[in-house]
Amino acid sequence: MFAGLDRRGYNPNWGLGVEVSEERLDQILSQVTKPARYTGGEWNSVVKDWDGVRTKVLLAYPDLYEVGMSNLGLMILYDLINKEDDFLAERAYTPWVDMEEALRGAKIPLYSLETRHALGDFDIIGFSLSYELNYTNILTMLDLAGIPLLSCQRSESHPLVIAGGSCAYNPEPLADFFDLFVIGEGEEVLLELVEAYGKWGKGERDQFLRRAAQIEGVYVPSLYEVAYEDGALGSPQPRTPEAKPVITRRILNRLPPPPTEVIVPYVEAVHDRGMIEIMRGCTRGCRFCQAGVIYRPLRERPVEEVLVAADELLKATGYEEVSLVSLSSCDHSQIEEMVRGLVTRHAPQQVTVSLPSLRVDSFSLGLATLFQGRRKTGLTFAPEAGSQRLREVINKGITEEDILSTAERAFRAGWQRIKLYFMLGLPTETREDVAAICDLVKRIWGMGREIGGRRAQVSISAATFVPKPHTPFQWMPLEGAASLKEKQAFLRRELKDFRLSWNDPQVTLLEAVLSRGDRRLGAVIHEAWRRGARFDAWDELFEPANWWEAFQDQGLDPDFYARRPLDRDAPLPWDHIDVGVKKGFLARECERALRGQTTPDCRGGPCFACGVLETFPGAREAARQGLWGCPPRVAGRGEDR
Amino acid sequence: MVKSGQRIRITFSKGGEIRYISHLDMMRLWKRALRRANVPLAYSKGFNPQPKISIAAPLAVGFTGEEEVMDTLLERPVSLTSFARSVKKQIPPGITLKEVREVYMALPSLQSQVRFAEYTVSPLDDEEIEGKIEALLAAEAIPRERRGKKYDLRPLIDDLRLEGSTLWMRLKHDAQGAGRPDEVLAALGLERAGKAIHRTRLIFASQL
Ligand code: SF4
Repeated sequence: MFAGLDRRGYNPNWGLGVEVSEERLDQILSQVTKPARYTGGEWNSVVKDWDGVRTKVLLAYPDLYEVGMSNLGLMILYDLINKEDDFLAERAYTPWVDMEEALRGAKIPLYSLETRHALGDFDIIGFSLSYELNYTNILTMLDLAGIPLLSCQRSESHPLVIAGGSCAYNPEPLADFFDLFVIGEGEEVLLELVEAYGKWGKGERDQFLRRAAQIEGVYVPSLYEVAYEDGALGSPQPRTPEAKPVITRRILNRLPPPPTEVIVPYVEAVHDRGMIEIMRGCTRGCRFCQAGVIYRPLRERPVEEVLVAADELLKATGYEEVSLVSLSSCDHSQIEEMVRGLVTRHAPQQVTVSLPSLRVDSFSLGLATLFQGRRKTGLTFAPEAGSQRLREVINKGITEEDILSTAERAFRAGWQRIKLYFMLGLPTETREDVAAICDLVKRIWGMGREIGGRRAQVSISAATFVPKPHTPFQWMPLEGAASLKEKQAFLRRELKDFRLSWNDPQVTLLEAVLSRGDRRLGAVIHEAWRRGARFDAWDELFEPANWWEAFQDQGLDPDFYARRPLDRDAPLPWDHIDVGVKKGFLARECERALRGQTTPDCRGGPCFACGVLETFPGAREAARQGLWGCPPRVAGRGEDR
Repeated sequence: MVKSGQRIRITFSKGGEIRYISHLDMMRLWKRALRRANVPLAYSKGFNPQPKISIAAPLAVGFTGEEEVMDTLLERPVSLTSFARSVKKQIPPGITLKEVREVYMALPSLQSQVRFAEYTVSPLDDEEIEGKIEALLAAEAIPRERRGKKYDLRPLIDDLRLEGSTLWMRLKHDAQGAGRPDEVLAALGLERAGKAIHRTRLIFASQL
């Protein structure tokens, strides 16, 4: 399929600064699917004078346009950089395979949507990483721009290639490809970095990287080395004095104002609506959840600020829906007031309000009644596990009683469709726990039939548990292929009358490997891509053989990374990344899980000394002012509770 | 239908990069532009209210249009000048507002009134094009297949001629069927790539 592709990795025939020929581009655009993905010009996109700014940043998202355009994080950075007179930010997404082929055929380098400059013309290319299965798309984008894939192959004439986002909390599998990673919330640190790079001019690249490593939250992988004793996992160690032994995540004590003049895409985005971040962080402490750790502490946006932002957002975009996003929006202390305010102000203009997920309780149901009105489109709840025992292991603090009574109320209030999220393969899970999922589903459905009659519908998503870095379950294995398949088959049999979705075990395996992988995986990713891996997150394009052959090629075993319980005392590839929440806390939580002990939500105290309050400067002050969900003091002796 | 409302007919051109967006994208674009313009749009009833906007004869992705026509219903009458002024500020480059006028509420739907569409295709650099056009027009039937369906293109071609290096055509466009200019090109044995296809106007029943 990729005939023009040089097998060594990138196509040396395309020099940098190649003009994007409008004429040739026109010819290919009329031949690819959804060409408007590649033409830009959207409402509110920012086109600045190319020669009028000092530093040019290309924000890249390694997935299709429709997915990338739904990413709020990228939009926040776009807004922030473009507000600075000295900088500009433009965008690029991964071209679908038909466009990749067309670009190669027409020898057009990958270009920015705003001004159609080749990616190589920018000073900095910043990738936003939020899903492991997008990794090969990063290589496609660099290659299509004629930029060498490996950091060590690039010189002063190439852009600085950097990355941030939730996957950067274990940056090791991508260490070969990026010059540096931004660890944590990018709002401040990215501007500091762009500023520093602009001032540096076109000096020696290596010198700059050493200097950048001094910026808090910046990780320069080339300044570290890893020893793999007997092939075991190793954690990176500094090999120069500039490299800090530990890189601490950057956070903001207070959420900056949300962007309101956001780009309105022509092509329908996955989330085709306005979004306002109402809260960052979550303190519920679900033990499988990475987001619940890496976004701590909990910070709320005041309701007045949300209301004003919503007014501006709707005016600037014309959107007919505004989504109040956060990890757990029902937990915002003023959520009811917020939803009421929005509905009163905007319902006459046919604006709907939505929350990305609901808690399993009657309060959330009341909220849903408030914002869905008579529409009652359907409700989604996440019990995560079928049995009470397992819910206690994962610290999902809801009871069977909560689930059943909430579902009953929902049916009585007129909802007909309920979707339930569960996980398979959680630590300690047995056949009984899986059977409990089926029982729960059937009881809910039975209730629905009784109350709502024939139209009651229950659908189930049973995703596979994947152990993630920086979580209490980071040491746990991914369940074995055979028993996982058996559990999936059991669910399919027992729930054959329901709409049921589950994950392809090969996708899950790859995700688990890349999540907990180390630096050796760089070669595997590179090789899989060379073999043709593209858009691995897309069922229609995922070809697992590319990957398993690449592993073989490199003499590595996927199961070694994914299916092994890790030793609690052994070094981990992400030990040098300090997210604030400490390894000791995660280990304690892991032990409590195995003993079936729950840990309550720490919001407002008592505090369990997860580490966040000790790590960040100004934390206590911020907590004292009530900006954080943490109490200002660690209660008692935290450490041993 | 809203009794006290107003039906506004907008004529606009579609060009530049905007030609790559689909008909559905175009509907969304207008919906949001009109919402930003803060005009009193009328909405459909039901649980999922939609603004009452209809665009005549969807234009295929990649084609440009000189005089595209759209109707929208407002809840209450507004001055046409202020309507045009506020809408102009909210439409993206590539779309130009050409005319805004009020039409009778009771007129049949816009789509049901389209009869023909005229297109130009340029540039043409085929030496034998004249002969090919003649042959095509002389044919009894032009069997073609599109998306797996067999059909006869000939009755859909109302007129076809060469004007300098531009191919001009008038194609049927009604409930029975709609001719596509790229299909005519294919029937003439011409490449689509590298040619600009432009819809110059739509012809409605009232204009015949
Ligand atoms: S520092 Fe204490 S209160 Fe804050 S998130 Fe961690 S455990 Fe909870």
